[in-house]
Amino acid sequence: MTAYILQRLIQSVLVLLAVSVVVFLAVYGIGDPIELLVPPQVSAAERTAMIRRLGLDLPIWQQYFGFLGNALKGDLGRSFVHGVPAVDLILARLPATFELVLLAMSLAAVVGIPLGLLAGLNPESRPSRAIMAGTILGFSLPSFWKGMMLILLFSVFLGWLPTAGRGETVSVLGLETSLLTLNGLKHLTLPALNLAIPNMALMIRLVAAGTTEAMTQDYVKYARAKGLRSKRIVGRHVLRNILIPVVTVAGMEFGSLVAFSTITETVFAWPGMGKLLIDSIYNLDRPVVVAYVMLATLLFVAVNFLVDILYAALDPRVKLTGEMA
Amino acid sequence: MTSPLLEVRGLKTVFHDLAGAWPAVDGVDIVVQPGEIVGLVGESGSGKSVTGFSLVQLIDAPGEIVAGDVLFKGEDLRRASEERLRDLRGDRIAMIFQDPLMTLNPVLTIGEQMCEAILEHRSCSRQEALKKSSLALSRVGISSPDARLRQYPHEFSGGMRQRVAIATALLNEPDLIIADEPTTALDVTIQSQILFEVQKLSRETGTAVLWITHDLAVVAELADRVAVMYAGRIVEAGTVDDVLDRPRHPYTLGLLGSSAATVAPGERLKQISGTAPSINARPSGCPFCPRCERALPLCAEVDPLPQLTSHEHSYRCHNPVSESHAS
Repeated sequence: MTAYILQRLIQSVLVLLAVSVVVFLAVYGIGDPIELLVPPQVSAAERTAMIRRLGLDLPIWQQYFGFLGNALKGDLGRSFVHGVPAVDLILARLPATFELVLLAMSLAAVVGIPLGLLAGLNPESRPSRAIMAGTILGFSLPSFWKGMMLILLFSVFLGWLPTAGRGETVSVLGLETSLLTLNGLKHLTLPALNLAIPNMALMIRLVAAGTTEAMTQDYVKYARAKGLRSKRIVGRHVLRNILIPVVTVAGMEFGSLVAFSTITETVFAWPGMGKLLIDSIYNLDRPVVVAYVMLATLLFVAVNFLVDILYAALDPRVKLTGEMA
Repeated sequence: MTSPLLEVRGLKTVFHDLAGAWPAVDGVDIVVQPGEIVGLVGESGSGKSVTGFSLVQLIDAPGEIVAGDVLFKGEDLRRASEERLRDLRGDRIAMIFQDPLMTLNPVLTIGEQMCEAILEHRSCSRQEALKKSSLALSRVGISSPDARLRQYPHEFSGGMRQRVAIATALLNEPDLIIADEPTTALDVTIQSQILFEVQKLSRETGTAVLWITHDLAVVAELADRVAVMYAGRIVEAGTVDDVLDRPRHPYTLGLLGSSAATVAPGERLKQISGTAPSINARPSGCPFCPRCERALPLCAEVDPLPQLTSHEHSYRCHNPVSESHAS
């Protein structure tokens, strides 16, 4: 186990290094931030001073190693636009995104797993067909359109829910959250639903396919021959077996929602990380973009590690052993 | 004579496809007395496994049991409610499956999979169930059973897993165990150990066993009576001595001639020519006719009815092997 963790840590560092090179080069290629940051009426001398101050006069490899050196000290650079450390900027937005994603994924699991079981147990029945047809819509409708339709229906026509923003928040352990106020929850509902729908569809498909397959397995027939009730067969024998792929996918989706729920956050003006990323790209705020991608990578690495540990808990055949190959 | 534990009359199970309904089991009669071991022998595709599952009404679409009676202690299982069947399965009638690698759930502990068989049918604490399971494991020759209960199937060898399945079948002291080729996937030494144990346990607990197999040697070693199945029907049935020593049906004779255990060392094994007819291409008349050395013109046209000789030995053949034939 210790060897395994050590091995994973080394892998993670390598992944982070590789990503840092790629993202640094890519951001460098997008455009010159000076054009956006410096007003046209500024004198050439001031302009040069600014370039020097931001370190943009150095060749790219020097910039990169400067960044790397600072990163090792925990400093991912300062925002060109806001003048504060990029990490602080991102972390300030993290709780908003995190609560949104948490609610969305819970919703997806709570709705998706039972519906998937239902569809998988009687694949030929009418409700199952309806559910499976629904998942195709859930997958394929683009997020921005779905978001606007949700606003149209629930905010404009029905007037039940607010269209944008985060609403009232309360502070818990120093973190602002909307989950604990009624007004905040109302603001959360639509964006969370928008994020949840494709994931619900994904869960339904995964669980349904897994269930249909598991039901034909000998261990299910054997469980029936032991006289078990179907509630136990499905709830314990089948569910336990199909949770493994579900956990994998849920983990990956969780990571990608936290990092890239950009569209939903934009449509609902949710002050989360995705919105920050988009704004930073528009402003060519290099340090923020780089720091953002680095943090997102770190998040994925961490989530994958958690998923592996969950695997070992779910499937007794999985042993976490380090193999130095 | 006591009343039979299990009495099957005219059981017919078909499989539906677009072209129609094909009988996998076609009018099977079986009687099992309390405490006796009955062997059900046949080639692959003869319908013996389907017969086993039909007895406990575990036939899934596209299969369907369309005719016959399955009387278990006088109660007709074909007309029993699903709830009643669930009560019987695993409690009064236990099953052991062919492939021990596939039948145990890989992600649940052995203890849980054994205990659930008890807890589903008895109201007792988990502790008691675990204790009972541990006893059952030691009874089938598994050492340190308490530690074993906490393990998962992949930590057991094939033979050990089948022992677990047998121990599980014994948990509720059933009246009948239906064992579907339980030793086929195991090597020969393990097989004979398991046969020995099943026989011993059956004697000790008074549990009747219906042992489904393709191996006549197993039947000879284990069973009191035997039924030989071909193309979905019983072609010969009787005591092991009668059927194996004085076979009347040419198919039984062929099976005996092709079994290594019954042929003198050094002699060639005889093979029954041809293959068993598939479910949707059964010939008219006697289904064995195309492969039969003793076939008469009559055989291709008229399906022979069961004939009963002295002491309950029955066969379905127009031109049976003479009684004095073998040994």
